[in-house]
Amino acid sequence: MGLTLEHVDRIVDGETHLCDVTLEFPSGSRNILLGRTLAGKTTLLRIMAGLDRPTRGRVLVDGKDVTGVSVRKRNVAMVYQQFINYPSFTVYDNIASPLRLQGVPREEIDRRVREVAEMLRLTPLLDRLPAQLSGGQQQRTAIARALVKDADLLLLDEPLVNLDYKLREELREELTAIFERGRSIVVYTTTEPTEALMLGGNVVILDEGRVLQTGPTDQVYHRPTTMRAAEVYSDPPINYLDLVVEGSQARIGEQVTFALCAHLEGLAPGRYHAGLRANRFFLKRRTDRDVALESQVELSEINGSETFIHVNHQGFPLVVHETGIRTYKMGSTVTVHADPAQFFVFNQEGSLVAAPEVDPGRTPARR
Amino acid sequence: MEKWENNRAWFLILPVFVIVAFSAIIPLMTVVNYSVQDIFGPGQRFFVGMEWFREVIHDERLHSALLRQLAFSCMVLLIEIPLGVLIALAMPKKGWGVSACLVLLALPLLIPWNVIGTIWIIFTRPDIGLLGKTVNDLGIAFDHTARPLDAWITVMAMEVWHWTPLVALLAYAGLRAIPEAYYQAAKIDGASSWAVFRHIQLPKMRGVLTIAVLLRFMDSFLIYAEPFVLTGGGPGDTTTFLSIYLVKIAVGQFDLGPAAAFSLIYFLIVLLFCFVFYQALQNVGTGESR
Repeated sequence: MGLTLEHVDRIVDGETHLCDVTLEFPSGSRNILLGRTLAGKTTLLRIMAGLDRPTRGRVLVDGKDVTGVSVRKRNVAMVYQQFINYPSFTVYDNIASPLRLQGVPREEIDRRVREVAEMLRLTPLLDRLPAQLSGGQQQRTAIARALVKDADLLLLDEPLVNLDYKLREELREELTAIFERGRSIVVYTTTEPTEALMLGGNVVILDEGRVLQTGPTDQVYHRPTTMRAAEVYSDPPINYLDLVVEGSQARIGEQVTFALCAHLEGLAPGRYHAGLRANRFFLKRRTDRDVALESQVELSEINGSETFIHVNHQGFPLVVHETGIRTYKMGSTVTVHADPAQFFVFNQEGSLVAAPEVDPGRTPARR
Repeated sequence: MEKWENNRAWFLILPVFVIVAFSAIIPLMTVVNYSVQDIFGPGQRFFVGMEWFREVIHDERLHSALLRQLAFSCMVLLIEIPLGVLIALAMPKKGWGVSACLVLLALPLLIPWNVIGTIWIIFTRPDIGLLGKTVNDLGIAFDHTARPLDAWITVMAMEVWHWTPLVALLAYAGLRAIPEAYYQAAKIDGASSWAVFRHIQLPKMRGVLTIAVLLRFMDSFLIYAEPFVLTGGGPGDTTTFLSIYLVKIAVGQFDLGPAAAFSLIYFLIVLLFCFVFYQALQNVGTGESR
């Protein structure tokens, strides 16, 4: 089954939630909807599920218009941010409930429930009630309820966001394996760029109700076509510096100049925005090309085993991602090094004009 | 040092002790005092032990008042809880209708209790009451001052009119607290609206319904003002509920000893029933029985 959205708009009380969304999800594909909160991710899922009708546009399944078809008549499964299970049913009955409603024979229900329960490691918990489970187990049950249906379309709306860090990592890995085995179209929404990269497949970058960019997750990561897409696909948000190109030289601010190199060579003279992710800034000099940016430390936050240092370089707020735990005094001066060969360059309209070459040995964070 | 800290802790909880003493223990102890003595006047008191309790326990009129009270409270629960849930389910979920419904529902709750009795006396009078006159004109003889069944129906109708809104408001609050995603999930599963009610709404409302059952049981078991104004306990003794009978003993006959003993028994009965209800409702649907 293939799902197509054609020029879908969703307007509620004069407020545009989705604007001209055209997307195609081929059979068996894995798709990540990446966007910040209020980008329209959930709205889009609800339209795909058939819970809401688009204000304009069409939803097609295998070329057939299903825009007005009720959710009850579609073969979809959905997992929510909250842990949604029937409170008075045991885990077993919860997983079995969609099959019972479909009128599947008893033995088959039993076989399928046990199979899915095994896959999500719920077998020892089958007799418990949702209230007796931990958050992670409750969400596993909800995911099992969705998987057991073997639906054509599996929608997951930020399913891991309410779990703690460890459980999230664990469940994400399991989900990746489960998605690989299934035949359904998977649509998974998230706000986290790393999550999109870990799950792989295709990514749809959504911002303020519009599709900014689509493509394979890693390719989009390496070539965000607009500044907005780059911002959404970076955590912490990508850093921008003003860049002025004059002949074969480029200048950042007033003092820092460097020779155009690698992918920057063909740039016409003019003003640009240089984009650089936090993990491409270093406090140590690493290559001869590096530019050194004198900056003041404004804040340093420790996140797990990493440190994010918020600095200010002549009015440009920058975030530097350092591995390991370090402390920096507020107001102290540090020199931030960046390799111009790693710069994304956007023109004044915000479109990508030059992207760094991808070093095949250093694809980010994928497992 | 540790001792000093312990003493200070006692000092800090002293205000609570004082408040509880004045709000509960001291008034309660005066009742206990009366229940075990025969008091004629200042300085004229005789200890009678369990005498008043024995007398009260063998009082036939008390037995029938207790049975009447139990029947009344059970009927109140059987009618008001389902009706309140139905009203809550039928109420609009958004828009101006919500405020309109909430105000309309809250109105009976805002009326003083003896005024409610008066309203219903006038409303159901066979000669001039809107309801009483209409029913009689339809050919159905109806007079709550003369016929016990009519008196019961009237008291019950008044009680339901007065207090069902409270149950409805509680149930409505419980319903509104269910995340939208539950309904969506049920819709995606293809569950019927009965299944949604039985397996999502009802279990999710358990907490508020427990409170509703407890409140309505306690309040209806202690009912006084409305039937006192409406029927005065009559005709005969047919609507004499426990508190009306208690007031007859205490104020009407001025038998303070038996009245005090009766009060304590009454209090213990309410406490016992509430405990039983609470325990039962806590265990419903938690799966211990499965």
